[in-house]
Amino acid sequence: MDLPVTLDHGDLVDPPDAAPVVPTLEARRVGAWFGDHQILEDIDLAMAPNTVTAIIGPSGCGKSTFLRVLNRMHELVPGASLAGEVLLDGTDVYGRGIRPSSTRLHIGMVFQKPNPFPTMSIRENVLSGLKLAGIRRPDHDGLVEQCLTRAGLWNEVKDRLGRPGGALSGGQQQRLCIARSLAVEPRVLLMDEPCSALDPSSTRRIEETIRELGTEVTIVIVTHNMHQAARISDVTAFFLGDQDRPGTIVECGPTTELFSTPNDPRTEDYIQGRFG
Amino acid sequence: MVSALADAPVAPSPERRDLHDTPTVGDRVFRTVVTGAAWSVLVVLGLIGTFLSLQAWPALHDAGRHFFTVFEWDPDGTGRFGIAAVLAGTVTIALLALVLALPVSLGTALFINEYAPKRLYGALTMLIDLLAAIPSLIFGMWGLTYLQPHLEGTSRWLSDHVGFVPIFSTNRPVFGSSMFVCGLVVALMIVPIITSVTREVLSQAPRATCEAALALGGSRWGMIRRVLLPYGRSGIVGASMLGLGRALGETIAIALILSFNYRITAHVLEPGGGSIAGLIANSFPEAGDAGRHALVAAGLALFVLTLAVNTVARIVVRRSAPSRQVVL
Amino acid sequence: MTTAAPVRRRPGGMTHEDVIAGVGAAGLAVVVTAVAFLLTPLAGSFGFVLTAYVLFLALLTIDSRRRLGGVIATDRVASVLVGTCGAVALAALGLILWYVIDRGVPGLHRGFFTKTLDSVGPLDPATDGGAGHAIVGTLEQVGLAALISTPLGILTAVYLSELRGRIAPIIRFFVDSMSGIPSIVAGLFIYTLWVVQLHKGFSGLAAAMALAVLMLPTVARAAEEMLALVPGGLRESALALGSPHWRSVTRIVLPTARSGLATAAILGVARVAGETAPLLMTAFGNDSLNADPTKGAQSSLSLFAYQRIRNALPSEIERGWAAALVLILVVLALFTLARLVAATRKAR
Repeated sequence: MDLPVTLDHGDLVDPPDAAPVVPTLEARRVGAWFGDHQILEDIDLAMAPNTVTAIIGPSGCGKSTFLRVLNRMHELVPGASLAGEVLLDGTDVYGRGIRPSSTRLHIGMVFQKPNPFPTMSIRENVLSGLKLAGIRRPDHDGLVEQCLTRAGLWNEVKDRLGRPGGALSGGQQQRLCIARSLAVEPRVLLMDEPCSALDPSSTRRIEETIRELGTEVTIVIVTHNMHQAARISDVTAFFLGDQDRPGTIVECGPTTELFSTPNDPRTEDYIQGRFG
Repeated sequence: MVSALADAPVAPSPERRDLHDTPTVGDRVFRTVVTGAAWSVLVVLGLIGTFLSLQAWPALHDAGRHFFTVFEWDPDGTGRFGIAAVLAGTVTIALLALVLALPVSLGTALFINEYAPKRLYGALTMLIDLLAAIPSLIFGMWGLTYLQPHLEGTSRWLSDHVGFVPIFSTNRPVFGSSMFVCGLVVALMIVPIITSVTREVLSQAPRATCEAALALGGSRWGMIRRVLLPYGRSGIVGASMLGLGRALGETIAIALILSFNYRITAHVLEPGGGSIAGLIANSFPEAGDAGRHALVAAGLALFVLTLAVNTVARIVVRRSAPSRQVVL
Repeated sequence: MTTAAPVRRRPGGMTHEDVIAGVGAAGLAVVVTAVAFLLTPLAGSFGFVLTAYVLFLALLTIDSRRRLGGVIATDRVASVLVGTCGAVALAALGLILWYVIDRGVPGLHRGFFTKTLDSVGPLDPATDGGAGHAIVGTLEQVGLAALISTPLGILTAVYLSELRGRIAPIIRFFVDSMSGIPSIVAGLFIYTLWVVQLHKGFSGLAAAMALAVLMLPTVARAAEEMLALVPGGLRESALALGSPHWRSVTRIVLPTARSGLATAAILGVARVAGETAPLLMTAFGNDSLNADPTKGAQSSLSLFAYQRIRNALPSEIERGWAAALVLILVVLALFTLARLVAATRKAR
C-alpha cells in the first residue's frame, strides 16, 4: 500500500521538561470513516499532561474529526465508524463497557461557534455540566466564581450572573463555554478552532486564557491560524489530507522546532503559506 | 477633506424616488383575481360568524343568560335549554384527551427526532400522517365496538382501586359509553397534530447547543431534559393548544360513544356526560324549528371557543417556530 | 512497524450486559405477572400488559442504577418510555386498520357497490341491498367540493407566495385558524346560509360547500408550500425576459409546481372524504339513489356507515362496517396517491 510518509512520533512528543511522562491522552493508529468515506488514517499522537497540543493543517484534512474522535463525539454522526484506540490515562475510551458520556465528562470540548445554553443564565450555564452528569458538589457559588475566574470572565460578569448567557458578546460567550467545560473538572480540554468566530481582541483574551489553563489541564486545540499555534502551544501536529486522501500526520514535534526547522518539505510549504 | 466638501457649492442631492410600476391590464386583472381569492378566506370566516349569529339569535334571545346556566336541553318541548352541562362535558373530554395525548405525542416526537434511526424518519412521519388521515367516524366506530369492551376491566380496576381520586370514583358499577372512553379515542385523534407540531419545533433547536450538552458528559435524556425541552417549551404549549382545539370540536366519535345526560359530573368512568358537538350531531336530525335554532346557538358557542383556542395556539407556536407552520 | 491496520468498528450501541439485562428484566416481568395473575383474582389482557410493563420498568431501573448509576439509569428508562410512546401511536394505527378490515370484509359483496337500501327490510340479511347510492353521493359531494376549493385554495396560495400582498400575513394566519374550525360548525354554517336563509333545502351541493370550507385551508397551505419550492431564479428570469407578472406565474411558476399542486388538492380531498358531521345537516342522508346533487337529500359513504352502525340489527351493523372499510380504503388510496404524485416530482 502506498502510504504517505509518517514518522514514529512516540519519541518526539516529549514534554518541555523532557522527563519521561505517561501521556494523559494518546491516539493509537486511529482511523475514522463517515459511511465508506475515510477521513483519517493511522493517526498516532500522544498528549502529555498539562501541555497544549496544537493541530494545524488545511481545511478538510480531518483535524476536527480527529478532535471529535478523542471524546466520542464522532459517533453522533450516523454512519460514523473508526479504527484504533484512544487511551485516556492508559484506558481505551472505546473499550467495552465504557460509556460515551463518562468519556466526555473527562474530556471536555469547546466548539468553533460559542454555544451557551440559551434558556439558562450565566450561572446555570457554568453549573450545567454538573446537572447533566448528575454530579453533586457543595459550594456552587465558589465553583462558579472559580471557573469564571479561570476562564477570565469573572470580573466582567460577576454582577449579572442571573442574566441569560446568550446576552453576552461573542468572545464572552466563548469564555463562558470554557468556564462551563471547566466546572466538571475535565482531564483534557479539546478546542475546535475556538477563536475563528471572534474578533482580534476577543481572540487575544482567549489565547491568554488558554496559556494560563495549559499549566493545569491538558489542552488540544485545532486551529487554522499558524501564528496562534506558535503563540500558545508546546507541541504541534501537522495534518494533511483532502477529499480523496484520508488525513494523516505529516509531522509532529515541539512547536518551536516544528516552526523553525521542519523536517518535511510539505510542512515547510504550509507554514510558509504556500498552500492551505 | 471634510472642510473642502463643506466649502464647495452645495448641489441639492437628488430626491429619493419611489420604485413603482404601472401594471399592465393583464397584471391588474391577475392581482384582482388572486387578491379576491385570498380575501375569500376572511369572507367565509366572517360569514360563518354572521349566519350562525343570525340563526342563533331567536334561541339566544329566548334563553337569555340562562343559555349558559341551564342544565337541560329541551328546546322543542319545555323550551328550557342551556349549554352549561354540555360545555362542561366538552371541556372535560378535551382536557382528558389532552392529558392522555400529550405524553404520547411528546414521546413519539422525541422518538422520531432523537431516538429512531435516521433511515426510518420518512416512514415514521408518514405513518403518523396516516393516523391523522383516518376519518373520525372510523375512530368512533372502533372506539365503540373494540376499545370500549376492552376498557371495561381497566375502568373497573381504576374505580375499585383508585376510586379515592374523585374523577375515578363511580356511583354504580357500570362502565362504558363514558367520557373516559371518549377522551381516550379523541386522544388518539389529536396525537398526530401534537406530534408533528412538536417535532417541527424541536427540530429547529440548534444542533450545536445539543452537542454541547453531550460534550459536557450529559446523557441523551439529560440533553433532552436540560436543553431541548426548555428550548421547545412554548412550542409544545402551542402544539398542545392546537390539539385541545381539535379535541373541543370533535363530533362524530363522541356522538357514537357517549350516552348523553345533562348533568355536570366528574365521574368520567360512568356512562353519561355531554359535548356540544356531539349534542348537535345527535339532536339535529330529529330537532324541530326551535330545536334547530338552539343547536345553531350551541354551534356558535363552539365556534367562538375553538377559534379562540386555535388563535392563541397559533400565536404561541408562531413565536417559538417562526419559519414554518404545520397544517393537518 | 508494519503490523496490520487496526480493525474498523462502529462505536456506541449497547453492550452485551445491557442486552442481557434488558431481556432478563422483560422475561422476569412477564413470568412474575403471569404467576400473579394465576394466583390472584387479577385478570384481563390489558391489565396483564400494563402490570408486566410497569414491573419491567422497575426491574430495569433497579438493575441499571446498581450497575451504572442514577444518571444512566434515568437515561435508559427514558429511552424505553420514549420508545413505548412511539409504539403506542403506531399500535393504535395498526389496531384500527386491522379491526376495520376484520369487521368490514364479511359485509362486502358485489351488490354492495351497485344496490341501494330501497327495498331492504329489517329482517333481510346483510348481503341484500348495498351502498351504491352512498358511493354516488360521496363521489358527487367530494368532487364538487374539490371543484370549489382547489382553484380557490391555489389562488390563495398564489397570493401568499407570489403576490405577497400587504395582508398576506393576516391571510396566512386566518387560513391556519380556519383549519381548526370543527367540521360540524362548517356544516351548521352551510345549513344556516344555504338550507335556511336561501331556502335551498338539503342537497349534495350543500354538503359539497360545507366540505369545501374544510378543504380550503388544507389546499391553500399545502399549495403554498409547494409553490415555495419553485426556485426563485425561475421567476426572476421570466420577469427579466420582459414577461408580465401574471404570465410568469401562469406559464412558469404554476406549471413547474404542477404535481405539487395536485398533491395539495389530493390531500384536501383525503381530509374531507371521510367527514360525517357536516353532512348530517347538509346532505342529511337518504336510503335511495338521488343522483342529482342540486336537489334533495343525499347519502354518502360516511353517513351510510354512521347511520347503519347506530342500528341494533346485526345485518345493518355489518353493512356499516363494510362501508367503513370502503371509506378507509378510499382515504388510504388518496393518501398513497398524494405521496406518489409528490414523489414523481422529486424524481424529475
